[in-house]
Amino acid sequence: MTATTTRPRRPAVDRWAPVVEGWFRLQALVVYVFLFLPIGVVVAFSFNGTQRYVTDWAGFSLKWYGVAMADQTVQRALVNSLQIAFVNAILATTFGTMAALGLQRVGKRTRVFFDALTFVSVIIPEIVIALASLVLFSGFRDWVNPWLAYLNGAGGSASQITLGPWSIIAAHVLFNLSLVLLIVRARLSGMDRTLVDASYDLFATPWRTFRQITFPQLLPAIVAGFLLSFTFSFDDYVISSFVNGRTQTLPLFVFGQIHQGITPLTNAIASMMLLVTFTILVAGQAILARQARASGDRGSTPLGLLEA
Amino acid sequence: MLPAAFWYLVLLVLPLAIVVVYSFGVRGPDGGYAPAFVLDNYQTLFQRADPFILSLWIAVTGTAACLLIGFPFAYYLATRAGKRKTLLLVLLVIPFWTSFLIRTIAWLIILGPDGLEGFIQSVTGVDVAILGSPWAILLGIVYNYLPLMVFPLYVTLERLDPTLLEASKDLGAGRWATFRQVTLPIAMPGLITGSILVFIPLMGEYVIPSILGLGKVFLIGNILQLDFLGSRNWPAGSAKAVTLIIIMLVSVTFYVWTTTRSQSSGRDVSVL
Repeated sequence: MTATTTRPRRPAVDRWAPVVEGWFRLQALVVYVFLFLPIGVVVAFSFNGTQRYVTDWAGFSLKWYGVAMADQTVQRALVNSLQIAFVNAILATTFGTMAALGLQRVGKRTRVFFDALTFVSVIIPEIVIALASLVLFSGFRDWVNPWLAYLNGAGGSASQITLGPWSIIAAHVLFNLSLVLLIVRARLSGMDRTLVDASYDLFATPWRTFRQITFPQLLPAIVAGFLLSFTFSFDDYVISSFVNGRTQTLPLFVFGQIHQGITPLTNAIASMMLLVTFTILVAGQAILARQARASGDRGSTPLGLLEA
Repeated sequence: MLPAAFWYLVLLVLPLAIVVVYSFGVRGPDGGYAPAFVLDNYQTLFQRADPFILSLWIAVTGTAACLLIGFPFAYYLATRAGKRKTLLLVLLVIPFWTSFLIRTIAWLIILGPDGLEGFIQSVTGVDVAILGSPWAILLGIVYNYLPLMVFPLYVTLERLDPTLLEASKDLGAGRWATFRQVTLPIAMPGLITGSILVFIPLMGEYVIPSILGLGKVFLIGNILQLDFLGSRNWPAGSAKAVTLIIIMLVSVTFYVWTTTRSQSSGRDVSVL
């Protein structure tokens, strides 16, 4: 006659619950350690005062940051990366937002066609976009250069075009345009149309309506699109490695370095790249949070990522 | 929207069309492309299909691994995280938006002779080669692609009504039965989206294999890179690129078709 036999019949107490709950927590913890460990390793070893070997700890030092900043190749690569990322983000955000707004006003057939293209540009692996861009730009170069040579006369080899920043930007914009388009459209679909109607009823011009009604409401999506485009381009290796010509960007430089083994210099440059990305993420989050507070919108997610 | 249309047509449709045309051509004397109409590029491709098979294996295994780890994790975030939810989500987003290249390079240090390989060697005395093996690549893949699986799963699991789980329990269903009959059907759209988001870039992956594979493992991405930038045999590379796109279209369509057929609610699945 134990206690169990006299217990009233009701759903049994779930004895496995603590185990399952514990497992969930443990796994989440492991995932976070797993996600941040590599980043921590790179940053930690960038402060290593060693001569050459990455993991021989020789005391805390900023030496390798000095070496990186003094290196002219690194300087040029950094400037190139920032310029490319910035121009790309401006173009992608402008075109993507324009397309998202324009798509509200076109017929169904145009919209379906456009959606298909957006879908294709997102679904194709990056490397295919990269090689297709290489083929296109090389073809363009080989087609234009004889004309340029002809126009310049005999001594005019100076103004021949080569692949460079422009081709990297053009290919990055293709990729980011779709990203911005999707983010802005998600925001547009949740937007209050009545405000726009009210604005027209009050005799506002289309431009004024856009400036005072539509644009402020779209701003979080536009900012998110801009920042995501910027970080994508700044960090991109695959597309850049195909269409760069002789232009160096930071990811290309870092990739070239690791074939000679990872040095503390690589880690220092990598850490600086991480710093740029982090700054942008934090700035973006601050802008979005402020905007959300100002408009009383409480539903915003980190960098609009989950909206897309 | 005209600029966007221009960009799509000139930088997406046109180049892809050129790649299709090139795939029937021959290599020019100095590399690149020379006009022709031959099927050689496709024939040699079938004779050397290893990279395709390895890529498919890695992509399927990698997607499955992301799913196995990502599902309980997304479930935890959606149902158990409580007030820390936003913080935990931000922590998930941050590594995802930092440089892919750098996060992959970091594993060279962690797994390499100064890290795990050296550690195992010093403890057991056995020389192990983790770097350069498909397992290192798989690890790099799970590391880089896990968030892409978790985000869509999280979004669907967050909508999971806890009362449904209680109802299931009250009706006598065990943990497994509840999972299969309540949680899984609700999570299905997120699961499909996540799998596609992971699978697609995996098929064309070439940064991870060239870094963590130490140049010893050849996936389609690496072969494409060699064809276009190394030997400059553009027609051969184009044929592989076309084949890759076809494989992906077929496998993604097949996957969506089979997973949504058993599932009436899955019809409104969108990839993004």
